[in-house]
Amino acid sequence: MLKVISVLGVAGTLLLSAPLLAEPTKENTLTIKGQFEFASLDPTRRGYVFQRMQVLETLVNVDSQGNLTPGLASKWEVSEDGKAWTFTLQPDVKFHDGSSLDAAAVVNSLNIARAKPGLMQGAPITGIEVLDPQRIQVNLANPYSPLGAIMANYSTAILAPKAFDADANVVSVIGTGPFTAYEIAMPHKLVVERFADYWGKKASIEYASYLTGHRAESRVLQVRSGEGDIVFGLDAASVPALRMLPQVNILRSDLPRVLSIKLNLAHPMLASKLSREALSLAINRQGIASAVLRSPESATAQLLPSYMSDWHIGDTSAEQDLKRAESLLLSEGWQKNSDGWMEKAGQPFELTLITYADRPELVTVATALQDQWKRIGVKLNVNVTNSSAIPSGHQDGSLEVALIARNYGTIADPLGVLIKDFGNSSGGDWGSMNWSKPAIQASLGQLVQQNDTAKYRQQAQQIAKAIYEDKPLIAIAHYVQHTAVQKEVEGFRFDPYERSYYLNEIKWNR
Amino acid sequence: MTQLLFKRLLQLLGVAWGVSTLTFLLMRSLPGDMAYRIAAGRYGMDAVDTTSADLVRAELGLDQGPFRAYLQWFSDLLTGNLGNSLVSGMPVVDELWHMLSHSFYLAMAGVVLSMLIAVPLGVATAWWGGWFDRLMLTLSTLMRALPVFVTGLLVIILFALELQWFPVAGFGSVSHLVLPAIALGLSLAAVSNRVVHNEARKVMQSPFFEFARTKGLSNWQVLYRHGVRNLAVPVVAFMGIQLIMLVEGVVMIESLFSWPGVGHGLAHAIFARDIPVIQGAALMMGILFVLLNTAVDIACYCLDPRGGRLQ
Repeated sequence: MLKVISVLGVAGTLLLSAPLLAEPTKENTLTIKGQFEFASLDPTRRGYVFQRMQVLETLVNVDSQGNLTPGLASKWEVSEDGKAWTFTLQPDVKFHDGSSLDAAAVVNSLNIARAKPGLMQGAPITGIEVLDPQRIQVNLANPYSPLGAIMANYSTAILAPKAFDADANVVSVIGTGPFTAYEIAMPHKLVVERFADYWGKKASIEYASYLTGHRAESRVLQVRSGEGDIVFGLDAASVPALRMLPQVNILRSDLPRVLSIKLNLAHPMLASKLSREALSLAINRQGIASAVLRSPESATAQLLPSYMSDWHIGDTSAEQDLKRAESLLLSEGWQKNSDGWMEKAGQPFELTLITYADRPELVTVATALQDQWKRIGVKLNVNVTNSSAIPSGHQDGSLEVALIARNYGTIADPLGVLIKDFGNSSGGDWGSMNWSKPAIQASLGQLVQQNDTAKYRQQAQQIAKAIYEDKPLIAIAHYVQHTAVQKEVEGFRFDPYERSYYLNEIKWNR
Repeated sequence: MTQLLFKRLLQLLGVAWGVSTLTFLLMRSLPGDMAYRIAAGRYGMDAVDTTSADLVRAELGLDQGPFRAYLQWFSDLLTGNLGNSLVSGMPVVDELWHMLSHSFYLAMAGVVLSMLIAVPLGVATAWWGGWFDRLMLTLSTLMRALPVFVTGLLVIILFALELQWFPVAGFGSVSHLVLPAIALGLSLAAVSNRVVHNEARKVMQSPFFEFARTKGLSNWQVLYRHGVRNLAVPVVAFMGIQLIMLVEGVVMIESLFSWPGVGHGLAHAIFARDIPVIQGAALMMGILFVLLNTAVDIACYCLDPRGGRLQ
């Protein structure tokens, strides 16, 4: 028996070592740990990892203030009627397979992406064509100003013609970025290697690896052990302890992602503006921001952050006021019954909130809301499900209240997302629901054609104010991201639009 | 032996068909619109909306009814094609190979390690008894009561942070395997060392053991010649069951150590309603179950052939 065991043991060890081959060494590889998986080679399907790791690039880039800057396109012009955008490509750009980037390759890649779900489907694009080897033209049915920002999104990343098979599936990730894909082990691991023929600033580090760490605990430990050179998505509770480590810098960055409550305004209890106001007043935003998100200053009652200044209005209050909340409900004819619940004509004020477990803080915040609304006599049932339950609940009308974390920075211009979310009276899957404000909605639609910046701002402010006052969505807090960077890594900067890790700017400081 | 293998082959086919059909029925009867679930898996939570769900529905023909989908899957299976993942679009075979092979390494390493701990410990506690036995019983109980997740964290803190011997998490080299294997091995050994102990006690109290000592064999000789083989049968059977449990995945260990095993992959596939992956995984696990069971039966027969022919 012992012989059998030892033979099994030896065989096991041999088996183990077989497929685990040598790879870029610890010394020459920058290790990055993040919480998100990537499930496909196709950039239209959660392709952000390939964009962030700088394997793929887009025509347009975004700076940290949200301004559009040249990417694979050195410049772009919009025709006078706003219906044709001409992009001029950078000269001498090589794909990772050695072929040259030309207009035909770009048009091929964009047309394939356009047929798949992605932001381009929301734009009124009628055709994308080759003008000459260095220029392409995107034709629109009507003017659409967010197009430039869409061309900066990962779903419009440019792949080489050889990256696709005959059925337009992506079979290999051949881009133009400063790094080539060296090893792809979906859904956990991506190793990239420096690309010597990159057209822009060439990288100094040789290899970089991205590894998904699902548990916040593991990622924190990877910071401590020094195994992660850059670790994203740190659990806020662990940040104070990590700050005491001498070898690590902790960066705090604001994200254009907002924690908010989506309300179905067709629901009899949510139709009245005063009731919605009462629900908003009953929320202890400071408490949630400091206890759950660990950043008290991120509490807010409006959707868009201050650095998206056109859409941010000045005087809003995020204070909790239970007395006023209760009196608003009483003025609406609600009365507290003997159990302490609000009641009208024998009907209790009871709502069902759905949220999803993909982001662990949502569940915690949902239970906090349950408790806070209980204080004004509103009964909230919490149902934790999958993120897809929000759009499907919106479509079939079954959604009452939903707690969501919406990213208004998936494209640099929030207008595209806002039109999708608030642009019509039935609303958007991740936006308002049955909120009918024809004047506001028309003005939102017109903004895509507005070229005058002062008028744009004025209209944007009106819309932001209407959303804040009418509360089709109740904002709770903005997201803050904590990133740990080992001190031996020099030149790291955080992109609030989460498009790039800027690996080609990083140097070792050993 | 041939008869046994033939019987098991039939059983294998039955289990494979039954498991995959049942999985298909169960997955199809889950509440919620599949198209939305798949879209969430594919495009992520920021991009899932009705447009993407409608495109998924049209692309995958989810409207055509479950029966046709099942027939399609089954006829593909007969030609050896497990289909493509609905989420990633990659062949299921490749994804499964990646996950199952990693699960297999982890399971093997965990079980081997647990044997290395449990067998000497179980025999030693049976031999000496007394306070040593009671101490080990307490420790085993404590270890068993500790969730494997906590064991994993403790192991990381000791070996990765304090001693810095091994990496915290990841995969791709043997050193990455060590800590998850230790965490698993420890929690498995917590039970199996007691199984070994009980069997060893039985053997040591038996008349043939007593006789062997009386005839003048040294302690070591008695144990080696008359003990080990006798106590091995139930222990091998028990460890076989543990191994099967492990191959099917230890989700917590896998996600704590970022190990790309089948337990974690399957959980995600279920969230995303990635039916081909789920069916493929269930099929492979069914097959694996029968194979491992057969291997354990054969091992037990070799250890103790007294029961007659293998049936």
